Amino acid sequence: MYDIIIIGGGPSALAAAVYAARQKVDFIVIAENVGGQILWSSDIENYLGFKSITGMELVPRFIEQIEYNKVQIKDEKVSSIDKKGNTFIVKTDKNNPYESKTILIASGKKPRKLNVSGEDEFLGRGVSYCALCDAALFPDKNVAVVGGGNAAMDAALLIQKYAKKVYIISINASLMGEPYMLDEIRKSNKIEVITNAKTTIISGSKFVTGISIEVVNEKKTIPVEGVFVEIGSIPSVEFDNLTKKNRYNEIMIYGNETMSNMTSVSGIFAAGDVTDVQEKQVIVAAGEGVKAILGIFKYLQTLK
Amino acid sequence: MAKSVKIYTTRTCPYCHMAKEFFKANDVKYTEIDVGSDRKAAEEMIKRSGQMGVPVIDVDGTIIVGYNKEALKKALSIK
Repeated sequence: MYDIIIIGGGPSALAAAVYAARQKVDFIVIAENVGGQILWSSDIENYLGFKSITGMELVPRFIEQIEYNKVQIKDEKVSSIDKKGNTFIVKTDKNNPYESKTILIASGKKPRKLNVSGEDEFLGRGVSYCALCDAALFPDKNVAVVGGGNAAMDAALLIQKYAKKVYIISINASLMGEPYMLDEIRKSNKIEVITNAKTTIISGSKFVTGISIEVVNEKKTIPVEGVFVEIGSIPSVEFDNLTKKNRYNEIMIYGNETMSNMTSVSGIFAAGDVTDVQEKQVIVAAGEGVKAILGIFKYLQTLK
Repeated sequence: MAKSVKIYTTRTCPYCHMAKEFFKANDVKYTEIDVGSDRKAAEEMIKRSGQMGVPVIDVDGTIIVGYNKEALKKALSIK
C-alpha cells in the first residue's frame, strides 16, 4: 500500500513528485506521457528561470530532476479509481491494481473532439490535432482549421507557411483571442475566415478531400486535404467517477485552514489544469501541484 | 544483427521527439528523415504508410504509425 499515488505527468504532477521524493513517503507516479501538455507548447516565455524555452526543451529538464530524485514512474494509463474503506484502488490499462492511502489527480487536459462524421475515420489521413506536428505535411494544399480561439489562430498562422490556402472555420460570430494574432490573420492573403459556421462532416476516400459546413441555413462543402481541429481542451477525468466536477467537468478543489487542493472526496486531492483553478498556466500548475502535495502530507498525518 | 530503423519526422513534432528519446534510452540507432523539408520523402512516407501524420517509423520494413511504445518494443525486441 502506497501513501500517495500521483496521476499525471505534467508540471503539477512532477512538481508534486519532487516534493514527495524529499519526504519519507511511499509513492508512485502513474503517467502515460511525461511532460503533459507542455510538450505541445512552442515557446514558453513566462516560466521563471527561462527567458524563452520550448516545451520540448523544458520537459527533459523536468525529467532530469525527477530522475535525480529517483521518482518511480509507471508508464501506464489509469482506467479507474475506487474507494474501499479507507483505501483507494487505482486500476490501469495493464491490469495493475495499485492501493494507496491518498490520490493526487494531476492528469491535465486533452484536445476536445468535434464529434462529426469522418473525424475518427480520417485521423492521421488528413485530420490532425497537432498543427505543430503535421503542418509541414500539407505543402501547397488547401487546409481547414476548425476553431475560433487562440489555438486555432496559432495553428492557422503556422500552417499558412506551408499550405496554399487556410480556411478558419468558427462556429462563433467572430474570432476571439490575442490582438496580435487577429492582426496577423487579417493581414494574411492565404487565410480566409468563415464565421457562424458549424462543421458537419469531414469527407474523403483514402485521405480527406473536403469539409462540409452549415452557415446559417446554407450548406456547403469546401475542398480541403487537411482538417486541423483546434476547439480547445477538456479535462482528462474519464477514470474518475468519485470527485465532484463543475460545469466544465473540471474537478472542484477546496481548501481549509490547513489543507489545500482537496476534492469532494476525503483523501483525493487534485491540481493543475484538470481542476477548476482559473489560471491554466505552466507555472501555476507547478505551484498547484506543490500546494496539493503539502496538503496530502498534512492529511497523511491525520491518519496516524 | 541490429535492425534498420528509419523515423520520418517534422522539426517541431513532440511525438517524434519522444520517439527519438525512446531510441536513445534503448540504444537504438536510427536514421531521421525530416519530411517537413524533404517533399519527396514526405510523399514516400504517405505512400508507404497511408498516413499524413508524423512520426512514421520503419523497423526493417514494418511500419509503425505514431509514437506507439508497445509496438516499438515489439518490433525492436525490447523488453
